[in-house]
Amino acid sequence: MNELTSKEKETNQPGFHTGDGDFHTEYTTLNLGPTHPATHGIFQNILTMDGEIVIDSEQTCGYIHRAFEKIAERRPYYQITTLTDRLNYCSSPINNMGWHMTVEKLIGVEIPKRAQYMRVIIMELARISDHLVCNAVIGVDTGALTGFTYLFQWREKIYEIFEHICGARLTTNIGRIGGLERDFDDEVYKKLKAFLADFPKAFDEFGRLMERNRIFFDRTAKTGPITAERALNYGFTGPNLRAAGVDYDVRVANPYSSYEDFDFTIPVGVDGDTYDRFMVRQAEIWESLKIIHQALDNMPSGKYFADVPEFYLPPKQDVYNNMEALIWHFKIVMGESDVPKGEVYHAVEGGNGELGFYLVSDGGRAPYRLHFRRPCFIFYQAYPEMIRGGMLSDAIVTLSSLNVIAGELDA
Amino acid sequence: MAGITNEFLIERLQSQFGDQILATEMPYGMVTIVIQPSAILDMLIWLNTDNLLKFKFLTDICGAHYPDLIDGELSVIYHVQSMENNVRLRIKTFIPITKPEIASVTSLYSSANWMERETYDFYGIIFTGHPNLTRILNVEEMDYFPMRKEYPLEDGTRRDKEDEYFGR
Repeated sequence: MNELTSKEKETNQPGFHTGDGDFHTEYTTLNLGPTHPATHGIFQNILTMDGEIVIDSEQTCGYIHRAFEKIAERRPYYQITTLTDRLNYCSSPINNMGWHMTVEKLIGVEIPKRAQYMRVIIMELARISDHLVCNAVIGVDTGALTGFTYLFQWREKIYEIFEHICGARLTTNIGRIGGLERDFDDEVYKKLKAFLADFPKAFDEFGRLMERNRIFFDRTAKTGPITAERALNYGFTGPNLRAAGVDYDVRVANPYSSYEDFDFTIPVGVDGDTYDRFMVRQAEIWESLKIIHQALDNMPSGKYFADVPEFYLPPKQDVYNNMEALIWHFKIVMGESDVPKGEVYHAVEGGNGELGFYLVSDGGRAPYRLHFRRPCFIFYQAYPEMIRGGMLSDAIVTLSSLNVIAGELDA
Repeated sequence: MAGITNEFLIERLQSQFGDQILATEMPYGMVTIVIQPSAILDMLIWLNTDNLLKFKFLTDICGAHYPDLIDGELSVIYHVQSMENNVRLRIKTFIPITKPEIASVTSLYSSANWMERETYDFYGIIFTGHPNLTRILNVEEMDYFPMRKEYPLEDGTRRDKEDEYFGR
């Protein structure tokens, strides 16, 4: 046993032996973040550590706060879509569609079945890409980089489909109020078919690599658990709530965009731990594939946009050749279309849970008040409770399994 | 899911909190009630524990600013949800900007913690009984509440985006 120097005794260094037969410990403060490779986003957690055990955590957020709710109060409705892109940027199409549907609910437009099915395909592709990122990253944080590098090429394929549909990849701004900007062309169907044919094989291999892997199981089972009761109290929604055993899914509870037409199940977990969250997302990817297959097989014919000339931009050749189309075009772009007064709440099942839009309209060109119910912001509060008493490395993997997206956290 | 009708929900709320409910409406199919701010905590506890309604999930809390409503300038809007009955309910309260105080519901819902902090951060609404009512998204040094309507988003001298230029 080493004698401590008087200086070491004075400074009360943690972990040093004081010489009185007791290990004197003092809690260490560890800054996890704001920028840290293991946090996958800008989160700061000030951890109080006892050795390697997490005693408590204090979260700070707001590092990428961009005042979307304030900006939205000054923008015409169609320009707010680009703000929603940047909430959960791993599945922007779902946010875009959620916003379009909120406005459609406000102005009372029913869009054609074909457009609803097309939206379902786009949203489910986005859900797959969102869950792929999350599960691949859980793999990275447990030391399996293979799955990540392997699966990211499939996320790339999904982005190529988005690129063909709307011209953008990450922040998609996909669709319009009242439908979609254009019909799926042959190239989109070709890419979709290729994706549906090849992705299941690759994803099955990923599943076989991870799901029954002893090392992965030992690393993730029982880490960061939360009971169903606590999860509900903390406002969990989406895969994280379902991992705790509650079968709540907005697509089933309050179907939108024809989700009631599709046959799919809601996968649920038992313990609400990291392994269950991983498995729920794995199962949801298979369910999403099922939905896309059904939507493609039963794709109705008809138009891909509703008849709402005051919100849906007319085709460009009409704008140049037709006076009425030119007027509508001008009115839409200048934000002159009339909207009814009222307040509306619309929720969609985002990648991480219930993404809600609370919109108050006073009839003006911009919303009077727009509030985003951002699932990440709400369930991230539970993080200290989930990691308390666990190891630091478990805290990291719990964070990635919650799939907290900084853009959605900070709005 | 069993489900309860909106009419039944309104009736049951009226019978329990008749004098606290100031208005009832149903915009876009969601029951919306305006209540006395003092009743909010009691009402949420009752909604949570009631055997028929089972509003056990707090969906969202947000604020809004209506400068024209005298003594009710600030609004706090609660969305609650009964997953078992598949019903949503919106509860609105209006409080004066001179005394922007309302009871915190963090004792009932852990999720209310950050929602209330966010509402405080942007509207300056004081939630009494909140364990840690500090700013959450904005910088701590900020000395105003940015979502209030007196703070224009852009340069205040800019006129080209005003409603009157758009025929309103």
